[in-house]
Amino acid sequence: MNVFLDNIGVFRDGVLVTLALAAASTAVALPLGVLLAVMRVSPVEGFRTVGTVYVGIVRNIPLTVVFFFSAFVLPQLGVRFSYFGFAVIALVAYYASFFCEAVRSGINAVPVGQAEAARSIGLPFHECLRFVILPQALRSSIPPMVNVMIALVKNTAVASAFGVTESLGTMELLANRESTAVLSVLIATGLVYLAITIPLGLLTTHIERKVAFSR
Amino acid sequence: MSSVLYDVPGPKARRLSRRLTWLAALLVAAGLGWIAYSLSQAGLLAPELWTALLNPNLVTLLAGGLLATIEVALLSMVLSLIFGALLAAGLLSGSNWLVGVLRGYVELFRGLPLLLLIFFIFLGGPAIGVDVPTFWSLVIGLVLYNTAVIAEIFRAGILSLPRGQIEAGLAIGLSEAEVFRIILLPQSIRRMLPALISQLVVVVKETSFGFIIGYTELLRDARTAVEFLGGSYSLPVYTLVAIIYIVINSLLSWVAERTQRIL
Repeated sequence: MNVFLDNIGVFRDGVLVTLALAAASTAVALPLGVLLAVMRVSPVEGFRTVGTVYVGIVRNIPLTVVFFFSAFVLPQLGVRFSYFGFAVIALVAYYASFFCEAVRSGINAVPVGQAEAARSIGLPFHECLRFVILPQALRSSIPPMVNVMIALVKNTAVASAFGVTESLGTMELLANRESTAVLSVLIATGLVYLAITIPLGLLTTHIERKVAFSR
Repeated sequence: MSSVLYDVPGPKARRLSRRLTWLAALLVAAGLGWIAYSLSQAGLLAPELWTALLNPNLVTLLAGGLLATIEVALLSMVLSLIFGALLAAGLLSGSNWLVGVLRGYVELFRGLPLLLLIFFIFLGGPAIGVDVPTFWSLVIGLVLYNTAVIAEIFRAGILSLPRGQIEAGLAIGLSEAEVFRIILLPQSIRRMLPALISQLVVVVKETSFGFIIGYTELLRDARTAVEFLGGSYSLPVYTLVAIIYIVINSLLSWVAERTQRIL
């Protein structure tokens, strides 16, 4: 465990980058996902098609391929960002579709009577969605959304292959430098990720119980 | 009408909806147009870049990569299904300490990034004196992770059956193993199939992590091709790769839907 104590600063920097990547990506992908979900249930056929096609494409290609497009194709178009910026773009493009599906499952879980009641008192679609459906849907889609966030935190690791030195990148760096202590470095990195993902997982269970209780 | 969220649109709503559809189409067209414009400005739409995709050498290379991808995906999926079923049986066994240990396994491996698991095998193996080839690093990493996920799918599928099914089975004198095999398994498989197939889609996507540790699958071969041909070929080659993944995975999702309808 000496390796860990000797390099605690390096580990801390990696964790901070991981957290920053996850936070920045979630902050953009989550609202985008809600917007996509609203598009997918809207009465306007054009919006529905755009949402469906986007989600259908993105969910069927690997995150690594999305990274390829953002890291290797965007620069060809003259887009200039840091590695971190390209990683955020890739994660946002990919996870917006997963947040969308989480919200959509929440919308589908709202009892039919709610929408019917809203319509029968004369609310148009956007008011029905805003005042009746979405508040309930977002609440019940919190557990799946936290699950998407857990997946996002874990997959920020892919950014290490595209020039961002986050936790996994730090691991590779240290594994090269301290070749006698590879196992300790690997275990320490694993603990770092578990320290983020397990509390999030417990949060889901907790929220699931609370939401179920209030119903 | 497909949705309960809005009334059947009248003439005014239909007109509005048509206009918004045009607006959406216009925005998408503008976006695509801008992309096409910047691509052609950067010289990336030149026909010779795209006809390179028909080069027999490239096709052979990518076909080989695709085969390697499918090989890893299938092997990982089969192994994960076997271990996942065993793990689920253990989780449902009711023996306290066993359930505790297995829950620990599930939480541990679901909480770690798959890429880290793959590196654990790939770097950790040599550290204890076992050299693991990239193929097996990838497969073992995928199996460790997906066993945990699939066990949860199995467990949820079996728990979703009404308790009366077990009780009825026991009441007519079947043993517990028979109840599991004859009554629970056939019914739960029907319910689990969609989730299992979407997990297969995830596995196919995750095989692309092989690129990072240097296993020559589809993505790695694509990268090799781009490095050989030059950076300007990145768009056509990666687009082709994306389309291949989309076709495979849409096919799988389609099969999932079909089987769900038949069963």
